[in-house]
Amino acid sequence: MPKLTIDGIEVDVEAGLTVLQACESIGIEIPRFCYHERLTIAGNCRMCLVEMERAPKPVASCAMPVGEGMVITTNSPAVKKMRQGVMELLLINHPLDCPICDQGGECDLQDQAVGYGLDRSRFMEDKRSVKDKTFGPLIRAMMTRCIHCTRCIRFSTEIAGVPEMGATGRGEHMEVGTYIEKALTSELSGNMIDLCPVGALTSNPYAFNARPWELKKTESIDVMDAVGAAIRVDTKGPEVMRVLPRLNEDVNEEWISDKTRFACDGLKRQRLDTPYVRRDGKLEAASWDEAFAAISAKVKDMDGSKFAAIVGDMACAESMTALKDLTEALGSRNIECRQDGAKLDASCRGAYLFNSTIAGIEEADACLIIGSNPRVEAPIINARLRKRYLMGGFPAAMIGENVDLTFSCENLGAGTDTLKEIAAGKHAFSKILKKAERPMLILGQGALMRSDGAAVLAMARQIAEDNGMISDDWNGFNVLHTAAARVGGLDLGLVSGGVDSILDGCSSGAIDTVYLLGADEIDTDKLGNAFVIYQGHHGDVGAHRADVILPGAAYTEKNATYVNTEGRVQRARLAVFPIGEAREDWTIIRALSGVLGLTLPYDNLDQVRQRMLDINPVFGGDDQQTGGAWGDFGKAGSLDGGGFASPIINFHMTDPISRASETMAQCVEALLGEDKGKTGTDG
Amino acid sequence: MSTTVEQPADFKFSAENKKKLKGIFAKYPKGREASAVMPLLDLAQRQHQGWLPRAAMDHVAELVGLAPMRVYEVATFYTMYNLAPIGENHLQVCTNLPCWLRGSDEVMGTCKKKLGIDVGETTEDGKFSLSEMECLGACVNAPMMQINDDYYEDLDEASTAALLDTLQSGGTPTPGPQNSRKGCEPEGELTSLKDSKGKADA
Ligand code: SF4
Ligand code: FES
Ligand code: FES
Repeated sequence: MPKLTIDGIEVDVEAGLTVLQACESIGIEIPRFCYHERLTIAGNCRMCLVEMERAPKPVASCAMPVGEGMVITTNSPAVKKMRQGVMELLLINHPLDCPICDQGGECDLQDQAVGYGLDRSRFMEDKRSVKDKTFGPLIRAMMTRCIHCTRCIRFSTEIAGVPEMGATGRGEHMEVGTYIEKALTSELSGNMIDLCPVGALTSNPYAFNARPWELKKTESIDVMDAVGAAIRVDTKGPEVMRVLPRLNEDVNEEWISDKTRFACDGLKRQRLDTPYVRRDGKLEAASWDEAFAAISAKVKDMDGSKFAAIVGDMACAESMTALKDLTEALGSRNIECRQDGAKLDASCRGAYLFNSTIAGIEEADACLIIGSNPRVEAPIINARLRKRYLMGGFPAAMIGENVDLTFSCENLGAGTDTLKEIAAGKHAFSKILKKAERPMLILGQGALMRSDGAAVLAMARQIAEDNGMISDDWNGFNVLHTAAARVGGLDLGLVSGGVDSILDGCSSGAIDTVYLLGADEIDTDKLGNAFVIYQGHHGDVGAHRADVILPGAAYTEKNATYVNTEGRVQRARLAVFPIGEAREDWTIIRALSGVLGLTLPYDNLDQVRQRMLDINPVFGGDDQQTGGAWGDFGKAGSLDGGGFASPIINFHMTDPISRASETMAQCVEALLGEDKGKTGTDG
Repeated sequence: MSTTVEQPADFKFSAENKKKLKGIFAKYPKGREASAVMPLLDLAQRQHQGWLPRAAMDHVAELVGLAPMRVYEVATFYTMYNLAPIGENHLQVCTNLPCWLRGSDEVMGTCKKKLGIDVGETTEDGKFSLSEMECLGACVNAPMMQINDDYYEDLDEASTAALLDTLQSGGTPTPGPQNSRKGCEPEGELTSLKDSKGKADA
């Protein structure tokens, strides 16, 4: 461990760190623009200059590795002067248009100009200007403000793995952009907005809507996929203005997907803000009492076995608990959380979790992906896989559609035939798995939604067991979910005969009342003549078919528990109140239970959470991943043949919120246009 | 920029150039094919009337295994790659200090006047494009200009005009000094190293 002296303080730091990191370790902040701890070092902005003893010139601390006996000064008048000089150079071509720049108030350049900038410019020549570029509907570019730090270029090349950004021209004519002026195709592109230290790249949908100091910030959890990325919801009055990532090294590091970030405008459109009751075939606005009365009239004295409930992709654990209890109180066991029909097995927890954990991917040394396209199903997990790939020594292969995952991943075959070969240990890739110390597999919903899903699940378990994926300190069997609600639902035991049997029951008349808790991903035609209660926040597929609509709260409007694909219990927090007459979801079910004379035994959130804990102790671990027990799950059987297909065809529209989002619609349009123009050379 | 230029939809190397590709790739170690990007771009430019359309850059990217953006970066960095159509004869007049002291204004002026174009422009018939260059390393024969691949040196108004006339009529002027000098030897007779003359020749 080299010992160095920084501003007279002696410190021991790990070898291989940079001087900048060493300074940070003792709380000395070094101004920087181009340096970012998750990107490679560029060393091109020079803002981080410090003095080093016996060096004739100042050194860029971000690019200087620590060495034994170094003496570094960061607070001398000379250092201050250097920083002022660099600042003056950076500002020479900068338009200084903070009043009309969206970055204002959260701009590194602005902040540091306060510290090191001159109060007037000595530059009398014409400033350079750059024609604005187009990056698609998400990012607004004002490239005259760009200070050429290349963070965006490094992000797209390294983290996103979609190298579309670059610097063309040279010297004063250098410009950052895509050169060919097309919409960015990365699912993570929005992160460049956060990375850009100036106002060159800003959020397009949020443009000129608010200043950062006007916003109320609520720390929460994302539900657009099953990753459970840590987010911050910024609100102004009753409106969600934007969603930003929060740091969570175990889950999303500091990235979020574009859907997580930009679908929030869907929270303002097509909302259900009052109860509705269908009268003479038409949905009419009603009061809560009327809505409950309509349900009561139907359900009160019915045979419990004729009641069923289907839980959607964004339901919180609290509302699922309440609905489970209500269903049971009505005398039915027909509550199902696998609305996509996946043959997930809830008999043991290890059977449906991403057991290696997301951070654990970095420890794996071989990977087999079965029936999943993580790039669209969970871009954050895909980024972690790519990160692992970049570390080297990570042979990866997939069975399913041949898609570009941004890292090298060999396509072994389309479906069950290849899977069988692997299971029999006859495939070339079996050798790689056998040899690996910590092999992992990722099993997607695309492989489980098929009618032979239970057999695929059993075979995947066998592959995991045969190839050393399960040991005392490693579990490489990973189920990748697409829905934020799914693991919570399985933890609560919301499994019955499967969603198909409920729908068949509806068609045949065996079931005559269905309660849809935000279930929009089902074929509503199959609901037959059943009486449909829809509780949710958007007027989507389910609501259109409903006989009674109960307006619920979206994830930004309630304190709610979600369990991510790893089995991590996390809490979303109320950032704004539910709109209009809408209410937090568990309270709706609790109120309904009262009207039905089946009052559920909880009156506040703590009591509901206590009830969750009684059902399954995993709900006690806040922000904790609790591993799952292993067991004999799945059902061996014959496979139907054919290929696996990811359930997500359109990344930008997967749920009621993103389907209502105008921004997401624009993305779809921009990328479709892109396809038409394709020459066929790009993969 | 070239994005406003009308771009062909497709680019493929000719059969003859495809053969050359092999030789170019052979110069680089295995796994380092990306290093061939510059000679390949040059080859593509030569095949495509002296300029690089986007399709050619994309094709080169595919051949060397780079992201297209990385190839755009290379092609825009070096001024020798032309990203827009260019005249048959690319007049590249050096105007740096030595050439300027020796009369590059005259050379440039003659080009402009005779062809009726300014720097950065191409004649209507597509025969000539005019560019201003930084030092081309031939100061000893200043003033000079490069036309396509060849250097024409020791120019003045008359010899520049003569050059342009020859090119106009489809001929190929002889490269090198356009006065009586031989290479970079002094005009007239040697002024130094007189004794060693015989030895040097041997
Ligand atoms: S656009 Fe922003 S992030 Fe990209 S190089 Fe310019 S200043 Fe840096
Ligand atoms: S932060 Fe060190 S050079 Fe930019
Ligand atoms: S200055 Fe013209 S060639 Fe050097």
